[in-house]
Amino acid sequence: MEMQQIKFYQTATFTVGNRLLGEHERSVQANMRRTNSLNSGHRACQGCGEALGARYAIDAAMRASNSQLAAVNATGCLEVFSTPYPETSWQIPWIHSLFGNAAAVASGVAAAMRVKGREDVRVIAQGGDGGTTDIGFGCLSGMFERNDDVLYICYDNEAYMNTGVQRSSATPPAARTATTAAVGPAPGNVFGTGKNVPLIAMAHNIPYVATASVANLRDLEFKVTRAMGVRGARYIHIHVPCPLGWGSAPEDTIKVARLAVESGLFPLFEAEHGEIVNSTKIRRKVPVDGYLELQKRFAHLFSKPRDSARIALIQAMADHNIKRFGLLP
Amino acid sequence: MDKPFAITLQVGSSLANKTGSWRTLRPVYLDRLPPCNHACPAGENIQGWLYHAESADYEKAWRTLTLDNPLPAVMGRVCYHPCEDSCNRGQLDEAVGINSVERFLGDEALKRGWKFARPAAESGKRVLVVGAGPSGLSAAYHLRRLGHRVKIVEAGPLAGGMMRFGIPKYRLPRDILDAEIKRILDLGVELELNRKVSDILETMRVGSFDAGFLAVGAHIAKRAYIPAGSAARMLDAVSVLRGMEGDEKPLLGRRVVVYGGGNTALDVARTAKRLGAAESIIVYRRTREKMPAHDFEVEEALQEGVLIKWLSTIKNMADEGTLTVEKMELDDKGFPQPTGQFETLESDSLVLALGQDVDLSLLDKVPGLVIENGVVKVGPNMMTDYPGIFAGGDMVPSERTVTVGVGHGKKAARCIDAWLRGVAYAPAPKHELAGFDKLNTWYYADAPKTVRPVLGLARRTSTFEEVVKGLDETNALFEARRCLSCGNCFECDNCYGVCPDNAVVKLGPGDRFEFNYDFCKGCGLCVAECPCGAIKMVPETI
Repeated sequence: MEMQQIKFYQTATFTVGNRLLGEHERSVQANMRRTNSLNSGHRACQGCGEALGARYAIDAAMRASNSQLAAVNATGCLEVFSTPYPETSWQIPWIHSLFGNAAAVASGVAAAMRVKGREDVRVIAQGGDGGTTDIGFGCLSGMFERNDDVLYICYDNEAYMNTGVQRSSATPPAARTATTAAVGPAPGNVFGTGKNVPLIAMAHNIPYVATASVANLRDLEFKVTRAMGVRGARYIHIHVPCPLGWGSAPEDTIKVARLAVESGLFPLFEAEHGEIVNSTKIRRKVPVDGYLELQKRFAHLFSKPRDSARIALIQAMADHNIKRFGLLP
Repeated sequence: MDKPFAITLQVGSSLANKTGSWRTLRPVYLDRLPPCNHACPAGENIQGWLYHAESADYEKAWRTLTLDNPLPAVMGRVCYHPCEDSCNRGQLDEAVGINSVERFLGDEALKRGWKFARPAAESGKRVLVVGAGPSGLSAAYHLRRLGHRVKIVEAGPLAGGMMRFGIPKYRLPRDILDAEIKRILDLGVELELNRKVSDILETMRVGSFDAGFLAVGAHIAKRAYIPAGSAARMLDAVSVLRGMEGDEKPLLGRRVVVYGGGNTALDVARTAKRLGAAESIIVYRRTREKMPAHDFEVEEALQEGVLIKWLSTIKNMADEGTLTVEKMELDDKGFPQPTGQFETLESDSLVLALGQDVDLSLLDKVPGLVIENGVVKVGPNMMTDYPGIFAGGDMVPSERTVTVGVGHGKKAARCIDAWLRGVAYAPAPKHELAGFDKLNTWYYADAPKTVRPVLGLARRTSTFEEVVKGLDETNALFEARRCLSCGNCFECDNCYGVCPDNAVVKLGPGDRFEFNYDFCKGCGLCVAECPCGAIKMVPETI
């Protein structure tokens, strides 16, 4: 069935499931027998975007790999809340080593599988933005340049949440963290810093790079499935709001993620061998204000007097993304 | 101690950690009342039947619909669809074309010959229904389905009441009406035509009926005193429209003036056009905004060349047909006041469409009834002050539409059934309203309304062919699928998907979902992301 034919259905493709669609057209998350890779009882906060994003991604990867999957986890929230010894929430083979070496361990697991002739077993490395963009970055770059057969998934919640919300190189400008206090003439994180790991991954000319959001499940599952269909080094960067660190309401996790996408602050795109091949269009464009206002880490921008200059700078970032990635239909 | 290397505790599952204890608010599933259902005078479960129509199960949709209303093909043509006015989708793009889908289902049922299920058991009770209009037919249908023997006595030569003698053919083709009436009679409802009940108590005693439902309608045209010459041709709207059903059509002439501002006035003016009048003019004493007629009917009439003189009253009519018309102006309270300026209008006939009164003579011998403003007072259970005699439709205080009549019939039937069993009818408690603020409309795709094809203007003004056509299957399905399912779970799997704790259990098609409160942390994501507002958070009691 073509996408066009389901476009006007009551629920279109925006909901998780759709009773009017055929079984094979439904999302993994709509399936009664989905893996639930990250099971109940984990200790993530209420409304955790990372717990949601991890289940979305790993369940999709499980389907794509015929359930022949092993995951390597960097240190971070995801690892801590899912595996307080001796309990585990993981329903798949899962290993944790150190904060910075998830990509290297995954490369090793992939090599071992190859040696054992088990090339049907696929390997995923996953971590937060701290373990990816800062601490694990060297290992990650190595995995990329060697084109090891690993899908690396970064769950980006834009700071070190597990240790108490310290700034990472993925923290956006103006955001208040424990290490970028909202004081002085330029409160919050400084402008003009940080790094964009999806673009850095593209610079390694690896087969597949994509960004995704917990606000767009269909798009996320599509990209994970696509990545699992490719051999070599692949990278997916998923935007996952953190109610605790961002100061947003637990029930607003998906709304916040959605506004990041719809404002253009978090562009959704795909790249193959260093070239952008596709971008997910914005459906209802919104100014950045709505996104920022839901989060206490940006509260200082809206206290009196309103910091219009900095809000305009953030809006300019969104506008730049829209232009650069062609986000408008 | 045969544990793996460096393991001192047996590896366990996080399922041991019951995170439900963190919760201060708990999500609960609920059904809210969709605004369409809330607005429907016939009490249809619109969201319910659209749900089945969405999956192209038209028969189930029709069966759900006809649990409340036995006349969907009629209703899909003549109802003024207050459901669409209140539809939440109207705030998103355009209201769902509920009326057109209803018509599609009604026509589909006639085409496929679907029949009503016969009553499961006979009650042994006999109920007399007086009047075979929308209210009487609806009551007869519901009473019959509840197992009672029903006899309808109708004064006119054919069943249908105002649906036949008031609504023109171009809005309701008679074969449709006949077919839907026949289907009700096929349930085993007895119909006696051409018999006017003059004494209800006597008729009930002779026929040994256990209860009676009166729905005689309002057929007597209201008059206004207009001085007129002896040769002036002055008619009333009721007899003009009734005359359309006979072999000899009313003679209205080339210049027809209709006096009044209701839907009936428009029906007459449009009928006159079709009968060949060169000029069909409506004279109305107030403005378009104040006109009781529905806007789409005014619009269709204007398109067909009907002229409307606003803010005008007719003072007198001379022999040769010259009307004296006085200009009016609205005072600050919005009432029309005379201005003393007159003009004349040439006409061959003047039709008065000033409303109708009820012929209540059959109640003359019933003691204790209260008649106010020409209509019978009934209690909340539709019963008059005389036990066992119920009344509905145009003869009780109401907005006089077919849909209201059908609603009265249904309500009366349920109350009569309860009364016959010696209990009081207790309707199920109403759910809270599913307002627009309860929806998360992000999840609905943009899809503008499917407009029904309209008959070309030339054919409209010269024939009595139906003006508004139906939808075909593709666009009826499309239209049904535009429903937002306000307040009622449509199994979109959003709650099941967005729960970070897998605390939503999917029970399978048709069985919806349930919460696993052992692990639900009470974050509220499911409530926020439910498109249709079928979940709410309630405080935990500790």
